[in-house]
Amino acid sequence: MSTPVTTVEALPVSPPVATRVRGRALWQRRLRALGASRPAAIGLSIILAWVVLAVLAPLVAPYRPNANDLAALAHTTPSKAHWLGTDHLGRDLLSRILWGARPVLVIAPLAVLGAAALGSLLGLAAGYYGRWIGIVITRACDIVLSFPVIILYMIILAHFGSSAWNIIGVLTLTKAPIIARIVRGMTLDLREREYVTAAKMRGESSLYIMLVEILPNARGPLVVDMCLRTGYNVIIIGALGFLGIGLPPPDPDWGGMVKDTYGMMMVWPHMALVPCAAISSLVVGFNLLAVGLRELGLRD
Amino acid sequence: MARFLTKHLLFLLLTLLVVSLLVFTLNEFTPGAVARKILGAYATQEQVDHLTKQMGLDRPVLVRYVDYVRAAATGDLGYSTRFKLPVKDVLFKHLANTALLAAIAFACIVPLSMLLGITAGMREASRLDRAILMFSTVVASIPEFALGVFLASVFVVWLGWLPGTATLMAGGGWSVASQFVLPVAVIVLFDAGYVVSMIRASMVEVMQRPYIRTAVLKGMPFRRVIVRHALRNAMLTPITVIMLQINYLVAGVVVVETVFAYPGFGRMMLEATLFKDIALIEAGALVAVFLAVLTNILGDLAYIVLDPRIRV
Repeated sequence: MSTPVTTVEALPVSPPVATRVRGRALWQRRLRALGASRPAAIGLSIILAWVVLAVLAPLVAPYRPNANDLAALAHTTPSKAHWLGTDHLGRDLLSRILWGARPVLVIAPLAVLGAAALGSLLGLAAGYYGRWIGIVITRACDIVLSFPVIILYMIILAHFGSSAWNIIGVLTLTKAPIIARIVRGMTLDLREREYVTAAKMRGESSLYIMLVEILPNARGPLVVDMCLRTGYNVIIIGALGFLGIGLPPPDPDWGGMVKDTYGMMMVWPHMALVPCAAISSLVVGFNLLAVGLRELGLRD
Repeated sequence: MARFLTKHLLFLLLTLLVVSLLVFTLNEFTPGAVARKILGAYATQEQVDHLTKQMGLDRPVLVRYVDYVRAAATGDLGYSTRFKLPVKDVLFKHLANTALLAAIAFACIVPLSMLLGITAGMREASRLDRAILMFSTVVASIPEFALGVFLASVFVVWLGWLPGTATLMAGGGWSVASQFVLPVAVIVLFDAGYVVSMIRASMVEVMQRPYIRTAVLKGMPFRRVIVRHALRNAMLTPITVIMLQINYLVAGVVVVETVFAYPGFGRMMLEATLFKDIALIEAGALVAVFLAVLTNILGDLAYIVLDPRIRV
């Protein structure tokens, strides 16, 4: 998978604003602006729809996700009893899709948060201290980034076995260097600002300056990137499932559902098409939101 | 220039060493002995012990690592337990297949995304720009396996125009050439979506520069402004991005190769990891990293050639 870095780096650093003073009003304005940007509005609605469906899955799913309806195997195509049809084992596709939204919507954002936390710390340290700490961190990040991630996932997951935590772990480790690179670039610029000098004069610690003075002002491009990154994580989680190194069966996983059924496409194309449509719509949602956020950031 | 090259080649060497050591130790510190991984769960302890001794696995990791590097430097990459062939033969055969697929895809991606990106970026926020931006965002959002399933359900299942697999063996009435259509289409759509947005962003930025305004204001035809003034500057940033796609095309197309059963490098690596074919994993990882760093260097070089302001 290609690593989209440059999109966000081109963004201007958000101007230092005293968020705490205008706190609530600012957020309300932001939310209204988000509604005004059509891509952002569409993207946000898609994501929210999936989140609601995933949370309510136990209530709205017509069947249990792993329940086999052997009678339905004679007619696996969509019917009144099974709105989206069943899979090759007679399991209701709609129920599996709804339940399958849960792991994706937990793992993808968690891995992004992990990568953002780790990447921000590394980037801040690299940019703020410069010198050899900066060089070591930058070089280490370059090495991780130079590795084709999908091959790295295969090696690690095949060795350690794949569980939700292992997937979160590898996603965090491989995405952190990208965030670190972005944060480092912005830190190099921000550390020369007057308010950083002022904080130094006040005698604040380096950690305080990095976390309280610099990081909040680097958030604009970071938020856009985290949104893009969540979408890419959804793709990767799906791809891992498809390759057979994702979440272990039998619990529904969108990528795994495609893997099990795409060989039967000539006979029952709906079994693979339904989970493909589900995962695509969710990623489209995240990417549209990112496009919208970027537009808003540029307009500020 | 000489300094630039030495610096980057040294970094290439360092990266290769670090990665090979990492992969090597990863094989050691994960559950189960190396011999057990090779022989599988049903081998007796006696067989495992025998192979351990035979392969010299009872020596310390570092000693064996040095041995491995020394052998690799002379071209001996070991023996693939999955394919029952020397790693060298397996590796380069699959790599050549993937290179062919990647070359065809690359030849489509570059002109297509340049055309779309430049058309979109030269008039920002126009209807055409909106349409192209929307298209590229949506196309880049669909995972490769989903794109494969969508295209296959239309062109294989519904219309019956194309074969659903690309095994590179003529059979079932399908020529080898027709087998390339769908894999290439999936790669091009998925990847071009991203490259288009990069080129568009760069073009939009260039079009806001003062020298473009001057050119327009002095009455130069719009076409000439684009071709003579905007293009060269707009292609600077994306050239690195475009070069990086080579890396994705060679090492990242595991999913596409799996969808269409294409005998390429990615699928070989997947099989190797699933079968714990350690020698093949190590060699494959090295090749992947080598290509990645090399394309990075080529990208930097292209940048230098295109931008006369940078001279090293």
